[in-house]
This record gives sequence, C-alpha cells and structure tokens, in this order.
Amino acid sequence: MGKTITEKIFEAHLKDEPFSGTQVISLDVVMCHEITTPIAIADLEWRGKDRVFDPSKIKAVIDHVTPAKDSKSAMQGKIMREWAKRNGIKDFFDVGKNGVCHALFPEKGFIRPGYTVIMGDSHTCTHGAFGAFAAGVGTTDLEVGILKGVCAFRRPDSIKINLTGKLQFGVFAKDVILEVIRVLTVNGATDKVVEFRGPVVDAMTMEERMTLCNMAIEAGGTSGVCLPDAQTVEYLWPFIQNDYAGKDAAVADFKKWHSDSDATYVATYGIDVSKLEPATTVGYKPDQVKKLSEVGDVVINQVYIGSCTNGRLSDLEIAASVIKGTKLADNVRGVVSPATPAIFSQAMEMGLLRIFMDAGYCVVNPTCGACLGMSTGVLAEGEVCASTTNRNFNGRMGKGGMVHLMSPASAAASGITGKLTDPRKFMIKKGE
Amino acid sequence: MKTFGGPVLFLDRSDINTDEIIPAKYLTEVKKEALKPYLLEDLKMDGFNPAGSWRSSSRVVVTRSNFGCGSSREHAPWALEVNDITCVIAVSYARIFRQNMFNGGMLAIELPESTVNEIFELGKNGALGCAVEVDKSKLIFSWNGGSKEFDFSISDFDRALVKAGGWVEFADARY
Repeated sequence: MGKTITEKIFEAHLKDEPFSGTQVISLDVVMCHEITTPIAIADLEWRGKDRVFDPSKIKAVIDHVTPAKDSKSAMQGKIMREWAKRNGIKDFFDVGKNGVCHALFPEKGFIRPGYTVIMGDSHTCTHGAFGAFAAGVGTTDLEVGILKGVCAFRRPDSIKINLTGKLQFGVFAKDVILEVIRVLTVNGATDKVVEFRGPVVDAMTMEERMTLCNMAIEAGGTSGVCLPDAQTVEYLWPFIQNDYAGKDAAVADFKKWHSDSDATYVATYGIDVSKLEPATTVGYKPDQVKKLSEVGDVVINQVYIGSCTNGRLSDLEIAASVIKGTKLADNVRGVVSPATPAIFSQAMEMGLLRIFMDAGYCVVNPTCGACLGMSTGVLAEGEVCASTTNRNFNGRMGKGGMVHLMSPASAAASGITGKLTDPRKFMIKKGE
Repeated sequence: MKTFGGPVLFLDRSDINTDEIIPAKYLTEVKKEALKPYLLEDLKMDGFNPAGSWRSSSRVVVTRSNFGCGSSREHAPWALEVNDITCVIAVSYARIFRQNMFNGGMLAIELPESTVNEIFELGKNGALGCAVEVDKSKLIFSWNGGSKEFDFSISDFDRALVKAGGWVEFADARY
C-alpha cells in the first residue's frame, strides 16, 4: 500500500513508538520565539538541564513584540538573547535582523523537503509548503524538543485537498485557503495533515504555497503540506546548490518525498478554484467566509497588511499595485509591516514603501505585532480591521475589535473605499 | 500525579479558542502564576462573567467541541492550572491544546456528544461536583440528591503522561 508524504517523513524520523498509535520522531529544526520559549528555558534551568540537543538545529528569533514595547517584553527578549548566547545558538535573530518567524526562517533556507519541524507557534504549519512536516506545539513539547530533539505525535492521517481549475482575476492563494477552511470547518482537519494537491498548487509560487499551508491550523490541521518540485528547488537553490549536480537532480531527489498514487487519505476534497471570488471572513471564526461582493456595506477603521500569512514581497507588490495613486479613505488608518528585513529592503528598493506612504499608510518594522493585538496597530473597542492576517477571533487584534481576513489586494481596495471591498475594480487586467 | 476533581464550571459553547482562554496581551508574562486573574477574560458567551464566583471554586471544566482551538500557547492550560482547574471534559479538542494538557500532566477527557449533553442536563440540578478516578477511568458526577457515573478512555500515552506528571518527565526518563 502506498504512503503519503507525511507517512514517509514519519517513517524516516521514527525514533520510538512507546504505545500503539503514538510516534516519537526526531526533529531536524526546532524554532523558538520570545513568547513561548522563555518559560521552557526557565523550566530547563529549574531542572538543571539548561542545554540544547544540537545548537545548529535550533533557530531563534524575537518577532512577536519587537522592538520591545515595555519592560515585560524587553525581559522576554533578554531571556532569549542570553539563552542563545550561552548555548551557542548561532541562528538567533535579534532586533535589526529579526522578522516574522514563518517568513524569516524559510528565507534563510532553514527548511528542506522531508524535514521535521516544531515551534511553539500554531502557524508553524506554514513550512509544510516545502514538503516538510511542520507542527505548532506548546511550550512543553518545545522544551523537550530543545533538550532531546524529539516530539510525540499521533500517527498522522492526511486529508487531500485537490485544487483544480484556474484562479480568476483578483482571486489569490488567500481566497483559496479561506474557501478550504470554509469547506473543512474550524475543526475538520483536527489531528490530520492537510495535503494541498492539484494543478493549482503546482502552478503556485513558494510564497503562495506558504499562504495556503499557513492557515491549515485554522481548520485544526497538524500541518499543511505541498509536494516539493521545481518551484521548491528554485527557491532553495542558493542553499542547496553544492548538494546537487543541477536543479534537475534536486527535483528528482525530492521526488522521494512525494505521496504515492495509491496512498490512503481519510478524506479527499475537490475544489474548482475557477468558481472562487475574492472572499473575506465575517464573524469570529475563520470558517465564516463570504464573497466580498456579498457582504454589503461594512465600514472599516484600519487596514493591516503583513503577518506570516501575507507579509511577503509578492503580497506587498499586489497591495501596492492596487493602492498606487490612491489615498486611504478618511475613516481609515493603514498599517503595513513587511515580514522580514530582506522584504522591507526589497520593498524599499522597488519603491513599494513609497506607494504605501503616499497613500497614507504607516510602514512599521517586521513584527507579528498587531496580528495578535500586541503592538503596532491594536484595535480599540468597536473598531473594524480589514486584515491580511490569519485569525479573526474575538479580541484577537484588540479587545472588542472585529477582524475581517482577506487577501492583500482586497485589504488594499478596502482601504481606498473605507469599507470591505471587492478588489477587482481597482485592479488592471494584464494585457489591458 | 496531579489531583483531579471538584466543582464543575460549564462553558456551553463550541470552538472556545485560546485567545479567549488567555488573551495574547498577557503572553509577555514569564511566570505562570501571573496569568491567574485573566483566565477566560475574553470569553464570548452570553451571561458569562469572567470575574464570577466560579473563579475560586471550579476544579473541572465541562464544555462542547473543539475546545482550545487557535494559538499553540500553553499559557491556556497554565491559566487553568493556576486556577486549580486540572481537568477539562469536552466532545473534542484542538490537537495542540489537548497535547498541552497531557504534556503538563493534566486531563483533557473526550466524551461522546450525547454524554456531554447528559452532563449539561445534570448541571440543571444545581451545583455539580465531579470526582475523577484516573485508574478506573471513571467520572462520578454528584449533586444535592443524586449522582451518576460515566466511563472515559484516554490513550495509553496520555495516561502515561498523567502518571509521570508530564512529557518532560516521561521524555527525560526515556530519551
């Protein structure tokens, strides 16, 4: 019987099966940020085990609240900084070099097909875009990962999402994943890996695949995953060029991680993306999805463009193309956070930041910040935000606020009109 | 092993997320005890008072499905634990929350929807207590004038974590 990519990765990393159905796997990368790691560090110190299983496999960043906004967040940064230093963790990204973890770590080439990855962050599923098993975990799993390089999971079943058809004008990877979550519901993929397949995924860039995989957790998924191919090789080439004779050889090698054609899935969903329109969430759950053309007049107070879902260069390019030559509506504040220093720098060189600033946006540094109501764009009670982030929970971006999740193009268009807006009328079709 | 059981707090809603259990703005705390006053501060549920008398008395939470969805923050189980709530009973959980509970040596018990409905009905008899017998896999609900038992099952791995006191203890002894 054939195997899924995830089953192959688990088989290659299986360290122990202490009980039937429980698989303990070895880890290739353990990622750490300043919100969920300090308590693990404190516990390790308290146990007299302040060490790491392999400093080269630990990647650490200060990203959620940075630069520090107060004494408490400053202390979290200090704990991370000192811990990284005394444990010889070279890949530690401090203020000035730091960015949103799930944008920064792929950019550094830390993720490879077939890898196992954990982090004390639910959006770790993003890294499945590279054909890895990447799971968000709590602080205790993280602590054991840091100390022992292992993590326990239930035997992973997979759900196959077969994406066919052609993305219509104005419809993006974000609209696709919102549709997937609507179909699966918020717990439809609990304890499962969401495997994105089909010609639509094959044609997507790595940035688009990261947007897809990033929100697998919003359907409850343990990880999202895409099969590694020529796109994956192209993205990773600067980091793997010494390992392979050529790109074709890398593509051929990565095929060992492809799901077999007779692999078993607990469920398969087919979605024809040709039928999709620009979408948004309406409510406090990410599966409450509607077409933007059907939401009516919803006045907004803020536009937020950034995050591990949609704060990458292509996202800023799309948003800027919608915004160029326009102004934010009088009732709207705009905040844009390029997700990493490299993205910030490229956006600056390409003139994108100028476009945002001319439209009235505030450009802030790379950080998770407003997405979880921490800093740089927290909502006041009763305020509404058109956001490119991943969670619309009650209070997520600020107590009493309402978050509407959407693509960068839709968020940009909403900023121009001051209400939730289908972006298509603000976009120029190629060839026109 | 931790102690389990006591007065029940009913949270009659599905999809209660970890932002509701403990809002992100408190995640800059580096001590678990500091989370104590903020448990369920942002819970969106009609009639629920985050500062109600349940806060000092409750030891067991009974709720619906997909409890603990969203963020991976272990601050959610910790916020329960520092309020002496070490056992949650629900139809289902988000994976990370459930694992975090057992990783900390606490109980996240799953029961069929019909059983959870029945427990909610028992709650209409007035204050409900829940005794938890881990070895016998039994829950005994009691109220003024009666009691009722239910069996539960947890995986061998989850049971080992509860017995060991958590995943760090288990993994450290084994790997």
